[in-house]
Amino acid sequence: MVTRGFFGRRRETPPRPIPPGQYLERGFPVLTAGPTQRVPLDQWSFTLVGADGEPLGEWTWEQFRSLPETEIFTDIHCVTKWSKLDTTWKGVTIDDLLIAAGVTEPPAYLMAFSYGGYTTNLPTWDVIEGRGMVAFEFDGQPIAPEHGGPARLVVPHLYFWKSAKWLRGIRFMPQDQPGFWEQYGYHMYGDPWKEQRYWGD
Amino acid sequence: MSTDFNQHGAGPNPAPSQPSPAPASPSAWQTAVVERVTVETYRARTFTLRLAEPRPFLAGQHYDVRLTAPDGYQAQRSYSIASAPSHPAGIIDLTVELIPDGEVSPYFHEVVQPGDELEVRGPIGGPFTWTPAMGGPLLLIAGGSGIVPLRSILAHREAVAPSLPTLLLYSARTLEDVIYRDWLDALPERAPVSRAIYTLTRRQPDGWSGYQRRVDPAMLVECLSSLAKLAGDQPTEQSPLCYVCGPTGFVEHAADALLAVGIPEPAIKTERFGPTS
Repeated sequence: MVTRGFFGRRRETPPRPIPPGQYLERGFPVLTAGPTQRVPLDQWSFTLVGADGEPLGEWTWEQFRSLPETEIFTDIHCVTKWSKLDTTWKGVTIDDLLIAAGVTEPPAYLMAFSYGGYTTNLPTWDVIEGRGMVAFEFDGQPIAPEHGGPARLVVPHLYFWKSAKWLRGIRFMPQDQPGFWEQYGYHMYGDPWKEQRYWGD
Repeated sequence: MSTDFNQHGAGPNPAPSQPSPAPASPSAWQTAVVERVTVETYRARTFTLRLAEPRPFLAGQHYDVRLTAPDGYQAQRSYSIASAPSHPAGIIDLTVELIPDGEVSPYFHEVVQPGDELEVRGPIGGPFTWTPAMGGPLLLIAGGSGIVPLRSILAHREAVAPSLPTLLLYSARTLEDVIYRDWLDALPERAPVSRAIYTLTRRQPDGWSGYQRRVDPAMLVECLSSLAKLAGDQPTEQSPLCYVCGPTGFVEHAADALLAVGIPEPAIKTERFGPTS
């Protein structure tokens, strides 16, 4: 449906395509359902949990930072319509966490869980083979608390609500189950290029 | 929100593998007809829409709007619902603040008129909502156009729980920036246990005796005290439920101040936004 009298201002043409329905954002908006979590590093830990609740691995901040580091350069896309290009994240890939935990065949799905109680679900495929990391640096600086520091999940090919802030751990699941926003009607998978914002998309 | 989603433990998740319908989940894109345009302030207008497909919604939710140019180019934005769920079915008010160099808000302000058709979908959003079952008392804190979803909560509360003590703290640059001012000023007349307090951060009218600074812990202590007075001899068994909405910096600041004055984290719900252009 063409909207009467709308032509679009398109002030800035993206240097490369961005997903449908998105606009370019220069800043870095913050969207969170509660107060910002502030987790002291000496109280921080990260846990991998198996599908039956068994612990697979746990790292203090010091132990986590001794794992291999990877840097990625990527665009990110928020379901609230902004896309931010050319972001740099440094962190530990899920592959390296699985290697450190000695997990060779992780179950098919996972629930990322955070300080403050946030959760989000993902297929395991979407975070392995370099597709996801637990990031601790954004554009060369420690990730600020309002952006999810000390460490957040980064899965840039999905809408950014899947990249859980203040990450505390990952629990594997044999079947897909909805996390926090997903229970409120947001899409179970969230592919921005298919514009999977809400249920039924 | 961190109230009821504590899944830190590793136990089996009781949720079904397919989500059951949320209380108010978004429709597909549908057409809405603009019934009325109301000028609220020099840079805020309310658009009353009649939906082709009425949907129940919760106070605090929003709608997405999609505009399509003749060449197929589209722009989408989200706008909070200002009206109460008890409004006539299928009628919603969206209040849009003008961002002068924006793309969608200038279209709303300069072009949209009654009779126009718009593509919308909604309602969207879950944690930043209030239902009467959640009770109160309510402390609502708005920064700028962050008042819009709180207007829906206030109106809903007035319709379904008029005796619930409720205080709105509204931070605006000037008195001319206060959206719904007449309606807010008349809150106590309609329900004596509710009132609105303004803090005007940039310019105050002559003789202004109210707040004129950013929201801070001292201000919140006074607001909590006022809220307790509104509650009178009603027992206040639980901490006030706090809803904070506004620009990111404002919400960060206000939510931290709420924590600083002892409001427990699960009682604080936030919605942050940058200017929506």
